[in-house]
Amino acid sequence: MGEVFVITSGKGGVGKTTTTANIGTSLAMLGYRVVLVDADIGLRNLDVVMGLENRIVYDLVDVAHGRCRLRQALIRDRRFETLYLLPAAQTKDKNAISPEQMKALCEEIKKECDYLLVDCPAGIEQGFRNAVAGADRAIVVTTPEVAAVRDADRIIGLLEASEIRNPLLILNRIRPKMVRTGDMLDVDDVIEHLAIELLGIVPDDESIIVSTNRGEPAVLNSHSKAGEAYRNISRRIAGEEVPFMNLENGGGFMDRVRRLLGLRTS
Amino acid sequence: MLELLQRIFRRDSYKTSKDVAHERLRLVLMHDRLDLSPKVMEELRADLMNVIKEYMVIDEKTMEINLEKDQQCVALVANIPVIRMKRLPNS
Ligand SMILES: Nc1ncnc2c1ncn2[C@@H]1O[C@H](COP(=O)(O)OP(=O)(O)OP(=O)(O)O)[C@@H](O)[C@H]1O
Ligand SMILES: [Mg+2]
Repeated sequence: MGEVFVITSGKGGVGKTTTTANIGTSLAMLGYRVVLVDADIGLRNLDVVMGLENRIVYDLVDVAHGRCRLRQALIRDRRFETLYLLPAAQTKDKNAISPEQMKALCEEIKKECDYLLVDCPAGIEQGFRNAVAGADRAIVVTTPEVAAVRDADRIIGLLEASEIRNPLLILNRIRPKMVRTGDMLDVDDVIEHLAIELLGIVPDDESIIVSTNRGEPAVLNSHSKAGEAYRNISRRIAGEEVPFMNLENGGGFMDRVRRLLGLRTS
Repeated sequence: MLELLQRIFRRDSYKTSKDVAHERLRLVLMHDRLDLSPKVMEELRADLMNVIKEYMVIDEKTMEINLEKDQQCVALVANIPVIRMKRLPNS
């Protein structure tokens, strides 16, 4: 029996879909059977990030309403044969699926995979309730910004109310240089505020944009720092102990000057 | 450039934007989390009442508790009319 993770954030655009695609691909690289479910109904995205947009025939809502069988709607990844995507519907009807239907669907899928990852839409409305309905655990994605951390805090409260305990945190889009100069919240600040377990830190990285353009998740690129961070995260999910990545590479000139002068380098 | 110099020779009073964000986050989260549901407020009120009743007889009907907040801090303010003190064993 597989485990269902919902990837959620509250605030939009902080990297839920990027995270879902990368963790999913990387778990499949490790040999696990993985199903990705795009629960962002009306704003289908995960298919594009995965580069599978041309192969969609049926979607999540079709399955939930019995218009096709689950097997017919699952799209197999081009690269890994243990990786599947269940795409979101592009309907405008927000109530196209209910939490009960979503829960039943997750129950059915998890019987035949190791990890089921649900890409949650932004917000705390119906879409959120659907996405968490079948989840065993949650991964909260945030960026080092006041608004994103605040929304993450709301989400953690709502997850608790839905009886999803001990969510894990991914801090995305960290810029080590800005952290060093004191212009970005660092991981310790965020953890102090949210008081949840850290699953990983992902740097802000241009390779994410390149990989999204190509429809090839960054974990496939061995030179990508963000890809490396996501590969580490996946190994942690699979139970391995992997030390947190050192995002500082060398330190800038001013940083070295400050250190020479014995001043705080944070 | 001036900003850069200030940062290099950062004094204790100089606040980086990260320090500012940290403090704003602390306040905003405190306010957000204060938004307790009526159910939780009712539980808090009942718990408080039970503790106080050990020591004095209070007017339960007019007792009031509130969380008061301003820009900088938060206080739990209670207004509990006391009707009579109990005779406590060691007084
Ligand atoms: N680590 C990163 N480095 C650089 N760009 C990133 C990183 N993570 C995400 N992005 C970019 O940020 C944008 C938003 O990412 P993504 O679509 O994954 O967010 P989301 O939380 O799923 O958004 P939504 O709430 O709209 O569903 C994308 O353009 C993505 O390429
Ligand atoms: Mg998304």
